[in-house]
Formats: sequence, C-alpha cells, structure tokens
Amino acid sequence: MKNIFSTRTGIILVGAAIGIGAALLQYLGNPPNMGICVACFERDIAGALGLHRAAVVQYLRPEIMGFVLGAFAAALIAGEYKPRGGSAPLVRFFLGVFAMLGALVFLGCPWRALLRLAGGDGNAILGLLGLIFGIFIGVMFLKYGYSLGRSYAQRKSSGWIFPALMAGLFALLVFQVSFAPGGPIIFSEKGPGSQHAPIFISIIAGLAIGALAQRSRFCTMGAFRDVILIKDFHLVSGVAALLVFAFVTNLILGQFKPGFEGQPVAHTAHAWNFLGMTLSGLAFVLAGGCPGRQLFLSGEGDMDAAVFALGMIVGAAIAHNFATASSPSGPGAFGPAAVIIGLIFCLVIGFTQRDKITA
Amino acid sequence: MAKKRIDARGLSCPQPVVLVDKAVANGNTDLEILVDNEVARENVSRLAVRRGLKTDIRLDGTDIVITTTKA
Repeated sequence: MKNIFSTRTGIILVGAAIGIGAALLQYLGNPPNMGICVACFERDIAGALGLHRAAVVQYLRPEIMGFVLGAFAAALIAGEYKPRGGSAPLVRFFLGVFAMLGALVFLGCPWRALLRLAGGDGNAILGLLGLIFGIFIGVMFLKYGYSLGRSYAQRKSSGWIFPALMAGLFALLVFQVSFAPGGPIIFSEKGPGSQHAPIFISIIAGLAIGALAQRSRFCTMGAFRDVILIKDFHLVSGVAALLVFAFVTNLILGQFKPGFEGQPVAHTAHAWNFLGMTLSGLAFVLAGGCPGRQLFLSGEGDMDAAVFALGMIVGAAIAHNFATASSPSGPGAFGPAAVIIGLIFCLVIGFTQRDKITA
Repeated sequence: MAKKRIDARGLSCPQPVVLVDKAVANGNTDLEILVDNEVARENVSRLAVRRGLKTDIRLDGTDIVITTTKA
C-alpha cells in the first residue's frame, strides 16, 4: 500500500496541519506562541504530577497524550506497530534529560521555536540557529560512525506500556483526581499552565497530529539533519510548511506581534537562547529524533524513544527544582551551568559511542 | 560481482541511510540492504533513487530486503 503521507506533498500537508492547528489551539486558549510545544507541555505534565513545584507551569496537557495514542492507533492500523528496544536506554534517558534542560533554557522545543518565530518573536531566530548548530555537530558524529547500537524486537505487551501510561494520564485529567491536599494532580491557577484550550479539542488535535505525524515521519531535527547530511529536502519542506502556515494563521487571527522585547514566555539573553538549543539539537541527533518524533516513535512501540521521553519529563522536574529553567526575566541561576554540563555529556557520548559496523 | 550486504536492522534513523550513502560514495552500486522497518525502507529507497540507483524490494520474514543496481 502506498503511503501518501510520506510523499513530498504529504509531508507538506502534515506540516501545514500542525502549523494551523497550533495557531488555532493558541486562539482557543493555549499559551501565546505555545500552541503546541512538546518540551513545555511535558514540563507542565511533570508539574501537574508534582515532580516540580513551579506553580505557573502545571497542567496535564492532553496534546502530548494524543500524540502518543494517535501514533499508536495509526501504527496499529498500518501494520507498523513493532515493539522494539534495547539500544542504550540509559544513554537515551540522559539525552532526554539534557535535551529538556537545553530546551528550558531557550524556553521551547523546535516546534515552539518555529511557532515563536511565526508569532513574531525574534528571539526564536537565535534558538533556531542554535538548534541548527547543535544538529551540525551531531551530523559530524554520525559521519564518523556514531551509533547507539541496534534495537531488538520485544514482546507485544511491552510496547503497550507507554500508550497505557498516556491513557492513564488522560483519565487523571478528565476526572481531576486529587491525591492529597495541595498535592497532585496540580493545576496552575495562573501563568502558562492555567492557559489551555478545551480538553476535547486538545485531545482531538493531539490524536490527529499524532496519527498524521506517524504516517508522515514528521521530524524537525531530522529535517535539518537530512539537509546537512545528505542534502535531502524532504522533511524540511514539512518544517517550512509548519512555519508558513502558522505565520499566516497568526496574521489572520491577529496573533502576530513582531519584536524581541516582551515576547510571551521568552527572554532576550541571545547567547543562552542559542546555546540552550545547541544542546537540545545535539541531544536530539544523538537520540535520533526531535521531542515530537520521539513521542510518535514511542506510540509505534519504540521503547527507546519512550525512555527518551521519560528522560525529558524528569529533565523538566530537574530544570525547575534546580533553577536551571529560564523565565521571562532571563536564564535561571544554574541554567548556564546546566547547558555546559549537558554539552560535555553529549560530546563524550558522541565521541565514545561508535559501532563497528562499516559500509 | 557479488552484492555488498549491509545489515541495517535495528539501527535508528538515520544510520541505515548513512551506511548506504557511504557504500555508494565508495563506488558500490550493487547493494543488498537489510532493514526491519517501513521508515528505514522509505529513507533508504529515497536515498538510493537520489543517488541514481534502481531499487527492488522484497520481504524476508519480518525483514525487508532492498537490492540496488545501477539504473
């Protein structure tokens, strides 16, 4: 069966759908320039579970659950559901942790970097340049044989764990369970965590994007990587579509406000915007996917991708508990230190993880 | 000439593509590439076509075998 979504037209349509969907989700209540941000939303989930206590960023984001469950359903229907794992899970966990630490210094994943730019936030340019620089470093490692080794087929039931976790989180959201006074599940009363589209719209958007992205293999990191590595412009055409369609939708909805100062959930420390995303970009290459792609892969049964996603959620808790996350006033006290430690970690992994497989 | 065999099963994206691209760059056009998922098949096929190779795909159990020849 021909997969129309993995064609050039398909990937452009999917990028456009994500761009329009994200801008609409903002219009319907999600935080400004954060219609969909995988890093921010995983951070909000960590907060809702009480893993960190930053009161303004706590919400069980149904978009994230939708991504995994939509990809899970699409993969099952297409016969692509394949439980697999065992390719350096602990390394991937920490790549996830540091990817999140970097993303929360910039304040966004690659998707949000694009959405910030589409909303007129000039600081996103620094983030995107940093992202591309990080990916460039990662591509150098790939060219010299970097590999985390093979994954192996696993039993059917192991691939259900991550989708089941997401379904469980969705149930906690719907029933608004409270486990202790002042304890989880915690929902922000003000700040970005309190801003959200209606649950049923968010989950439907998440499921649709999850299914589309699973079919099309949409990946923002892969987009830039393929251009640098093999001059393949397939995926990047989807990324361009996301940017253009989010921009146009923002113009129509009056959500485009150009400038550097006073942009929503953003700061103007250019060096750290750049370096934060350099760290994330490098970690994404070493782990084989952007945060969104890792969620779609985990829906397909890729347990190594699920371990990366869990690393990101734990990384978000670390970022807020240890004051490494930025705020609109600038980088956190320990943000620069986290970026430097993360870059050292990624470089050590890049230099030491090589496969004997040669072509 | 015997086909050069590349076992890219279980390797995460984009390593199958990197291995094939290296082989092609070294002048190998007759390749037999083993992958175990649809994404790798798509990516490897797309690269092969862009490198001017003809591809043929068959299933071998749960594996996918891509053979390439000069177009």
